[in-house]
Amino acid sequence: MNESNSLIQIKGLRDGLLVSLDDAPWEDQRAALIAQVDAQPAFFQGARLALDVASQVLHVKELVDLRDQLSERGIFLWALISESPTTESTAQLLGLATRISKPRPEESRKFSVEDLGEETALFLNRTLRSGTRIEFAGHVVVFGDVNPGAEVVAEGSVIIWGHLRGMVHAGSKGDRKAIIGALDLSPTQLRIAEEVAAASKPQENPKPEVVRINKDGKLQAEIWQPG
Amino acid sequence: MPAQVLTITSGKGGVGKTTAVANLAVALASDGSKVVCIDGDIGLRNLDVILGLENRIVYDIVDVIEGRCRLRQAMIRDKHLPELYLIPAAQTRDKNAVSPSDMNRLIKDLRPDYDFVLIDSPAGIERGFRNAIAAADRVLVITNPEVSAVRDADRVIGILEAEEKGPAALIINRLNPTLVKNHDMLSADDVLDLLAVELIGIVPEDENVIISSNRGAPVAYDMKSRAGQAFRNIARRLKGEQVPFLDLDHKGSVWDRIQRLAGRK
Repeated sequence: MNESNSLIQIKGLRDGLLVSLDDAPWEDQRAALIAQVDAQPAFFQGARLALDVASQVLHVKELVDLRDQLSERGIFLWALISESPTTESTAQLLGLATRISKPRPEESRKFSVEDLGEETALFLNRTLRSGTRIEFAGHVVVFGDVNPGAEVVAEGSVIIWGHLRGMVHAGSKGDRKAIIGALDLSPTQLRIAEEVAAASKPQENPKPEVVRINKDGKLQAEIWQPG
Repeated sequence: MPAQVLTITSGKGGVGKTTAVANLAVALASDGSKVVCIDGDIGLRNLDVILGLENRIVYDIVDVIEGRCRLRQAMIRDKHLPELYLIPAAQTRDKNAVSPSDMNRLIKDLRPDYDFVLIDSPAGIERGFRNAIAAADRVLVITNPEVSAVRDADRVIGILEAEEKGPAALIINRLNPTLVKNHDMLSADDVLDLLAVELIGIVPEDENVIISSNRGAPVAYDMKSRAGQAFRNIARRLKGEQVPFLDLDHKGSVWDRIQRLAGRK
């Protein structure tokens, strides 16, 4: 019992419990957490749980199993905090929050991006369906569609190689030079820095377009010309 | 062969999940398959009403899970089709009475003895939905050709992909060919363009669906109804047959009108 306890730390938060795991093998961690819960069922019953998994790389199967095991014990897993982008995107896909009111120390989050320089981009080789939110501290490239109800928020520019029908926010930290490009630009809303533009009409024969902030400080779309 | 477990879900409420489950169950069972349908909408049960079995409920799914009865005791045999069974939802409990692993256990017991298990999912993407998809081999997403229903279907398909339950198959329900022709309704192509999944059926709008639901005899029994025909076609596709899609424009043709005047339709 003592040994399993050393793997995990439990803290009370304003809106639930925060369980921090370290980098020990996932199976041990999971077993330790469940053992802990089973040892004090009354304490955990009905709890809202946020899980900090440090840099563990977790896939859907593992998270789903854990969530189901917790839910059987009356515990609601609502957030998963991770340093690993893979784990974070898994959590987002499952509809779990990836941030809690007390954020991670800023250094670790910024470090990885700054280290790679300002040309960092996130490449997503899939369609973003309704309910998906992608946030990234660099550029974002989507090879697929952005459907209505999906959101992409990037500190840099955003390129959608597909239909852009959802919401894209480029230059989210105030970069007015950021651009948004899409093969078919039919968004519900676009933002660059603080500027917002509402839906343009769906197009019959869409052409690739690029959106920038123009001289008047408004968002302007232009048909993309090669060269 | 072990049963194929199918969950019908939609995200948005009122698009026809329960109706589709009832009709597919009737169509599959009429065609000789052994079918169990499970009402996953605990607290708001409806499937029993549509199948006309509400007055036969003694035990329900929560009784099985909590050990108050054996699984076979909660299975209600249909009035007309001896190989069709319903496991009703509990009306006096809520979604938290069941967990995904409860569903897995229950389905595991059913698999060896039946051909199809159909699970009717509640609306939403919360606990009840998670329960309903937990044991599914295949998920059928049903939507209406309207923007809000399609948006919710997109969300659900995204979750199914994330849970590795994909690829989902799509049923478009309550399509009105006249409205589509006048550009007052999304066409099947519009819906598919956005959702980009396999289409397994298009069910035309048909008032017989409501009439037969209220009577507790699903429209799939009605050989004259176009919606009934559409559901029977989906059932055949689920068995692996290649069935062409209904020609929905056909309704307005001269020959059809003559047939109808002659009382044949």
